[in-house]
Amino acid sequence: MSADTLLPQGWELVVGLEVHVELQTNTKMWCGCSTEFGDEPNTNVCEVCTGQPGSLPVVNAQAIEDAILLGLALNGGVAEVCRFHRKNYFYPDLAKNYQISQYDVPLIHDGHLDVDVVVSDDAGEESIDRRRVRIERLHMEEDTGKSLHVGDTGRLHGADRSLIDYNRCGIPLLEIVSRPDIHDPETAQAYLRELQAIVQALGVSDARMEEGSIRCDANVSVREVGDELGTRTEIKNLNSVRSLGRAIRYEAQRQVAVIEDGGTIRMETRHWDESAGRTETLRVKESVTDYRYFPDPDLVEITSPADRVEAARARLPELPAAARSRLAQAGVVREQAAAIVGAGTLGWYDDAVRAGGDPQLVANWLAGDLVGQLAAAEVTLEESGVTGAHLAELVGLVADGTLSTKLARQVLDGLIEERGAKTPAEVAKDRGLEQVSDEGELRTIVERVIAANADTVEDIRGGNAKAIGALVGQVMKETRGQADPRKTNELLRELIG
Amino acid sequence: MALSEDEVRHVARLARLSLTDDEVAALAPQLSEILGYAEQVGQVAAAEVAPTTHPFAPTDVARADERRPSLARDEILAGAPHVEQDRFAVPRIVAEEG
Ligand SMILES: [Zn+2]
Repeated sequence: MSADTLLPQGWELVVGLEVHVELQTNTKMWCGCSTEFGDEPNTNVCEVCTGQPGSLPVVNAQAIEDAILLGLALNGGVAEVCRFHRKNYFYPDLAKNYQISQYDVPLIHDGHLDVDVVVSDDAGEESIDRRRVRIERLHMEEDTGKSLHVGDTGRLHGADRSLIDYNRCGIPLLEIVSRPDIHDPETAQAYLRELQAIVQALGVSDARMEEGSIRCDANVSVREVGDELGTRTEIKNLNSVRSLGRAIRYEAQRQVAVIEDGGTIRMETRHWDESAGRTETLRVKESVTDYRYFPDPDLVEITSPADRVEAARARLPELPAAARSRLAQAGVVREQAAAIVGAGTLGWYDDAVRAGGDPQLVANWLAGDLVGQLAAAEVTLEESGVTGAHLAELVGLVADGTLSTKLARQVLDGLIEERGAKTPAEVAKDRGLEQVSDEGELRTIVERVIAANADTVEDIRGGNAKAIGALVGQVMKETRGQADPRKTNELLRELIG
Repeated sequence: MALSEDEVRHVARLARLSLTDDEVAALAPQLSEILGYAEQVGQVAAAEVAPTTHPFAPTDVARADERRPSLARDEILAGAPHVEQDRFAVPRIVAEEG
């Protein structure tokens, strides 16, 4: 849907996103407890992460390094000196009754992220529109525990009691706050996807929405074009990129309806109900002063001297956007380039091209048949043992006519079965999958088919050129599909004359 | 700076303290006095003195990302008012309806 059907004429949507990324460090932010996902409840918990009297938090150096790396990838500035604050509020998933966060001086400030959005014009022609979303800040904080609500209905409102597991409490969390630069759901989705891809490329988090290692809240408001910013609501419980788009669309339309009805928008936190497809009031937002932020006296300041920042910058890998444009320049179609970078199979692509594989042909397999074949075999590309060199060889065998595409698929299945222990040529040979393109052998078969189909041959000689198809079919049958169709055609024409 | 009784009630609510009217009346001037005491800093601090948030000079006290044993679960759960499914059972979380 294009932007102009989202809201009535004259209205504008304004969205800012707050994305939380759980870092994949070995230990929590302030203590040596494990961060392993899925461990038995309350087994990765100590005095520090439950805020027992007398315990002292100590910063995880790796978390700071990771945060700086992500900040640089998002074109941000690194604070020379930053500090930690206590954000005070009572909620049982945080045993200390405060969250250690950053307030006046975040670790990273003033970045931006460029995202590509596919737009279609009136004629339905698609093109890419690059949009810049400014990033206000990126700060370090800690995650909270996980609550399980039990009782009559199991839902938040009707639960009798909440059961808390503090394993997640204290895991390093980065909050990335965008400026309200987003004006349609598609850009919000593209921003979240791109952020996810960058985080994964940096290896600082697996950034899985379904496991909660990347989470997104949306601040949504509407205004009449030219007006000042309207009152915003904060939408929570967005569990997928799709939910993000749906929730923004719903909320924007709800707000316009309320205002056009003479009502006003309250500053509040709203909960996205995915199955009902609507947002509901969760709580009225506390004002920021109610959190009574103050510098945490248990922690000292963190400094980031220029040399440390430059060392981090030197460690930055190729970012997804750069990788995509590199592939596009090599001739790979846009969607496939995006699929390869997004799926994390860029390493295989690079290896294959280095081994002499044609970029587009390699991409066809990597973003095409191979994906389905791996899924059918229930293995990842890594587990399959299929290497970039294998792919280069495979596309070469197709290009020189040794394998048809269909046979190449079978060779690939064989490769996956053998976990890459053989080369594609070996698999083809072992399993008798090579096309019969040997002149002598194929000629014998073609002669036999001509002799056995005198009527058809007469038909062709009589001018029915199409009938040759039937003979090609016969040759294919005799060779169990392994004849090179082009050569077969040539030989038939030559021998029939 | 004088704190109003309403402000005292607000701060008490944020801290989840329940105060009687007598206590509020008694605390308002006391808290105001403490604030006034802290305010003296503003009278002596010169513009060229950077705000201090910490009495200690050191910075960058950090630790390597190495695991250390956590507490035994029984030990940590011993502090819970109620335990259910190896978790801390607490009264249901009530969303503050406005
Ligand atoms: Zn701990």
